[in-house]
Amino acid sequence: MTGFLETMFSPGSADMILTIGTIVVKIAILIGIVLLHVAYAPYFERKVIGHMQVRMGPMRVGPHGLLQPIADGLKLFFKEDIIPAQADKSIFYISPVICLFTAMSTLAVIPIFGGFVIANINIGILFVLAMSSLGAYGIVMSGWSSNSKYAFLGGLRSSAQVISYEIAMGLSLVGVIIMSGSLNLTDIVAAQEAYPLKSFIIPQIIGFFVFCVAAMAETNRTPFDLPEAESELVAGYFTEYSGMRFALFFLAEYIGMLLMCAIAAICFLGGWNGPFEVPYIPFFWLLVKVYAFMFIYYWVRATVPRYRYDQLMSLGWKLMIPLALFNVVLTGTIKMLR
Amino acid sequence: MEQVDKETSAREELTLSLGPQHPATHGVLKLVLELEGETVAKCTPHVGYLHRGVEKLGENRTYLSALPLTDRLDYVASMSYNVGYVVAVERLLGVEPPERAKFIRTMVSEMARISSHLLWLATHALDIGAMTVFLYAFREREWINDLFEMLCGARLTVSYPRIGGVRNDVSQEFLDSLWKFTEEFPGRLLEYETLIDQNRIWLKRTIGIGVVSAEDAANLGLTGPMIRGSGVPYDLRKFAPYDAYDQVEFDVPTGTNGDTYDRYRVRMEEFRQSNGIVRQCIEKLPPGPVMAPDAPKFTLPPKEKVMEDMEALIHHFVLVTKGPITAPEGETYSAIEAPKGELGFFFISDGSGTPYRMRIRTPSYVHALALPYLTEGSFVADVIAVIGTADLVLGEVDR
Repeated sequence: MTGFLETMFSPGSADMILTIGTIVVKIAILIGIVLLHVAYAPYFERKVIGHMQVRMGPMRVGPHGLLQPIADGLKLFFKEDIIPAQADKSIFYISPVICLFTAMSTLAVIPIFGGFVIANINIGILFVLAMSSLGAYGIVMSGWSSNSKYAFLGGLRSSAQVISYEIAMGLSLVGVIIMSGSLNLTDIVAAQEAYPLKSFIIPQIIGFFVFCVAAMAETNRTPFDLPEAESELVAGYFTEYSGMRFALFFLAEYIGMLLMCAIAAICFLGGWNGPFEVPYIPFFWLLVKVYAFMFIYYWVRATVPRYRYDQLMSLGWKLMIPLALFNVVLTGTIKMLR
Repeated sequence: MEQVDKETSAREELTLSLGPQHPATHGVLKLVLELEGETVAKCTPHVGYLHRGVEKLGENRTYLSALPLTDRLDYVASMSYNVGYVVAVERLLGVEPPERAKFIRTMVSEMARISSHLLWLATHALDIGAMTVFLYAFREREWINDLFEMLCGARLTVSYPRIGGVRNDVSQEFLDSLWKFTEEFPGRLLEYETLIDQNRIWLKRTIGIGVVSAEDAANLGLTGPMIRGSGVPYDLRKFAPYDAYDQVEFDVPTGTNGDTYDRYRVRMEEFRQSNGIVRQCIEKLPPGPVMAPDAPKFTLPPKEKVMEDMEALIHHFVLVTKGPITAPEGETYSAIEAPKGELGFFFISDGSGTPYRMRIRTPSYVHALALPYLTEGSFVADVIAVIGTADLVLGEVDR
């Protein structure tokens, strides 16, 4: 404590306070953007899928249903918070927080444009993978503590799925790491500027494919939405949750989706670099890429059925992981020969 | 209680009550599954949550006034169940409907088949996760409901056929709209098939799931697409034609492997055959009355006549209050090919205006009891696929 105080009041402390202040401002901006986004991502999803399915999507609240997210948020906020009598209460309370915490803290290492990143740490990708693995704890714990069979099966499925696809996802990113020679996300974007289309999409096409599939599995989206397969497990691990606690899971899921889209855009599609500079909006191209990805997520959801649990596992272990390993070997060999 | 828990944990089984309030059980079906991991060790169907005593109610109503009860058996294809009922009563009473009525009934039965199969496709696909097919199929089902509304004013519980014919004649406007539907429907079928027919995930989820051999299907009493998927061309429209089915041409599609995919293919093909039958009925529709003319003891006189003619008024009064008093004594069983399988009505008549016993043989009840055979040893996810392929409607399971 004394050490901290001494540093605070030492001659260089003005700089330090400035740094902390900047970080706080950055965090506030980022959380503001992300929460706004997460409020409107489901709206975007409902509209996109609605129009694909010859219907309109939300139309009632506000013009074209634009106030729907706010209405949903208010509804969830005022709903009764039901805790099952047989639930393990402390774990039941903490698991949605774990999910949201891990998702939110990953945002810290995502660069929005050159120089705008809260924590420019040199192991950015590892941090992302570590946090998304930690998120699985929230899911397993919520499934376990609800003391409901459906939630339990959902939690088990999810843990198995996240662990299997994490490997494929990690391996698919190894190719990118080899090519850029760095784990820092800002450096990875910088490394891509030398390549055609200012991205790794051509040399890392296999890795990109594996990453996309694994990202869908990681965020529990169709066709890999088994943990929350509503026709089998009602709502999966959060069957017993209601009100704000349910909303926390919902937030975590959509932040997770946003993160996966952002990482795909940064690691494979060249981040904020685009065909031309857009003045005053340095994050324009990243936003375009992220939304294009989101659209693909929704498109897939509207198109395909759902895999069965064992089929999902065999796809992960027998196809995705070998493919990702092959990509690593290929990339490594080419790098060696150069 | 503790003892039971210990035993359960020793076997490492999890007892899962699927339903009656579960998004995939299509109503109030309850399946008690004993799971070993995700594998189903034992499946016990529990029925009876929707029991309304239709058979008993039928014993207390006249032959005429029991007709609306049949709407509520299979509420997704009520037209077929009305037809099944009136065909059976006509056989008991010895009434022969006019040709035009026969063709109209054939036509509306096939519309009901299309409507019922659309609901099956929608929910089956939704259960397996293909959400868009659900909404596409409902778009066409809505169209058929509109056509029913145009025909008789009701969309779902139609009560349109009558003993000795149908309630009212069809209008030219209705026939034109129906013709337009039959022209567009094959294109819509291609739309559904584009989404799922060759979809890898769909194939993985349906091929080899819920397999039933031809012999076992017959032993289990399966009928309709459930037995035709196993390669048995059992179709009452061919084997024991009723109404105008002997005057229209159609094929009976069959599968080979008896799995969920084959049953899917059979039903998709039946869409096309039904569409063809509807077109033939419109083309061949003969002129004439739509009610049996010389059976005043069995059929209600036209409403205009009741208002003017004393005798007609008396007939109307007697028929509604006492029923057709000259129903001959005896027993009769009559079955039709409903969208889900063989629908049979068994009557014992004691010569009065109400049946002494009305027994209904509904296909879904038999199919529900075949679920343990179809699901044991498979995964939980397959149970959902099998419930979908069995096309259960709980209204007719419980009656």
